[in-house]
Amino acid sequence: MNRRLSLFNVTSLVLGFAFLYLPILLLMIYSFNASRLVTVWGGFSTQWYGALFRNQALMEAAWVTLRIALLSASMATVLGTLAALALTRYGRFTGRTLFTGMIYAPMVMPEVITGLSLLLFFVAIDLDRGFWTVTLAHTTLTMCFVTVVVQSRLMTFDRSLEEAAMDLGAPPLRTFFAVTLPLIAPSIVAGFLLAFTLSLDDLVIASFNTGPGATTLPIKIYSQVRLGLSPEINAASTILIGLVTIGVISATLISKRSVMRSQRNAH
Amino acid sequence: MKEHSLTKRLSSALVPAVPYLWLGVFFLVPFLIVLKISLSDTAVAQPPYRPVFEWSDIAAFFSGLDLENFALLAEDDLYLRATLSSVRIAAISTVLLLLVGFPIAYGMARAPERHRSLLVALVILPFWTSFLIRIYAWIAILKPEGLLTQALMGLGLTSDPIEILNTEWAVYIGIVYAYLPFMVLPLYATLEKMDDTLLEAALDLGSTPWRSFWTITVPLAMPGIIAGSLLCFIPAVGEFVIPDLLGGSETLMIGRQLWSEFFSNRDWPLASAVAILLLIILVIPIVIYRDVEARRVETRP
Repeated sequence: MNRRLSLFNVTSLVLGFAFLYLPILLLMIYSFNASRLVTVWGGFSTQWYGALFRNQALMEAAWVTLRIALLSASMATVLGTLAALALTRYGRFTGRTLFTGMIYAPMVMPEVITGLSLLLFFVAIDLDRGFWTVTLAHTTLTMCFVTVVVQSRLMTFDRSLEEAAMDLGAPPLRTFFAVTLPLIAPSIVAGFLLAFTLSLDDLVIASFNTGPGATTLPIKIYSQVRLGLSPEINAASTILIGLVTIGVISATLISKRSVMRSQRNAH
Repeated sequence: MKEHSLTKRLSSALVPAVPYLWLGVFFLVPFLIVLKISLSDTAVAQPPYRPVFEWSDIAAFFSGLDLENFALLAEDDLYLRATLSSVRIAAISTVLLLLVGFPIAYGMARAPERHRSLLVALVILPFWTSFLIRIYAWIAILKPEGLLTQALMGLGLTSDPIEILNTEWAVYIGIVYAYLPFMVLPLYATLEKMDDTLLEAALDLGSTPWRSFWTITVPLAMPGIIAGSLLCFIPAVGEFVIPDLLGGSETLMIGRQLWSEFFSNRDWPLASAVAILLLIILVIPIVIYRDVEARRVETRP
């Protein structure tokens, strides 16, 4: 049957997407507001962008956040891919139930619990709070998301390709790097990007585990928001949203092109 | 040859061992520490609780544990009220999310196939932009002299500023807004696979659209409804940022209580006890979620 959109379907889509996008759009528009008051339009201006780049503390926080996100996402990608392989390729190994529990729990667990428990752990082993504790905490949280993304790709994976390579005499490690890895690469990249944005975005876990010199951008933004709205934050948000949008669109285009290429090769 | 198979076995054992160990150290052990500290006393020191463990004195370790912090939680009805209010707010938000999310997911599933991946991308895109920023955006809208009031006044619908910010309503709006992708995507995944011929058959046999919705669409979408609801309900119970920025001082939520015990009162043992309490409330939904999710991933074609 040909699915047809009813008026109800169209209305709910339009309203739903308006709800999702209007607040972000308003925020972006008001970042170009000349007035200091965030909700009163005072003409077009880009002054807040200038003020933003002169704000040393904010720039420093952005740099710390970026480094933590890159490092923790890289570690999470390796750990998450291994965990996904373990879950799909190792059958029922001992402690599998505990393992899946530890993979799924951090994703839904309230962040306050994860943040507090990791902090108490770092204090117990006497590790100074700062850059590294936030990085380790983010790695632990985001590796679970990488696992789920890579795992769902491995589930639909055609194993006969691996078997063919092994039959032709390739050792397992070589088979993995020559056959498996290239095939699951898009999901690994997707997992990395997800881990990266989650780390960029995290306020709660970072707040618990941060220390001197490791103030991340969300922590900085949060403390400013509590003091009141500021057009500088609007400008910073607009830049972040712009970067993320460009990133997501290019990632979609790349994966679309690779799908098309593999389809072409298949024919 | 034998050596080869030994290295092979060793390297293949590493694959599960490395992530397993990592999660054991950074996820499981921290929990045990929270449990331990929730049972110990506050000390005016740095860190503000008694030492965690000394191997030399196991008897003292156990005798030092007590339920004082939990007794305090039970005595002070602030925590009971915060718990109940968190569960209530999370439950109402989940119902609202279903009401808002279902029509969107349904519309997406019925859209022409060539547009569907774009629609999915459009639902996911806001999720990639900062959570904090998305909540922040609502402050400007909901403020008494904010954009919503301005818009409604401009339309002549109201002459007084609307008081939404710093009420529970703002928290509902914030949660629905921030969690919507988590509800829409699992719903869409099940609705998209739905066999339309069933609906056609029901209509041919004289069922009303409303009735076939409840007897066919809803039961078939149940896995998505359960997954989406748990995915929203569990983190909503422990939510901190949304009630803190939108809810004002009146909105009681347990995640916020934990935060203030930790950061403002510096009572780490009590904060740990609150964390354990929160975990006890959530353990059943988390276990159900894990089973639903593991089954969903493993049965995927």
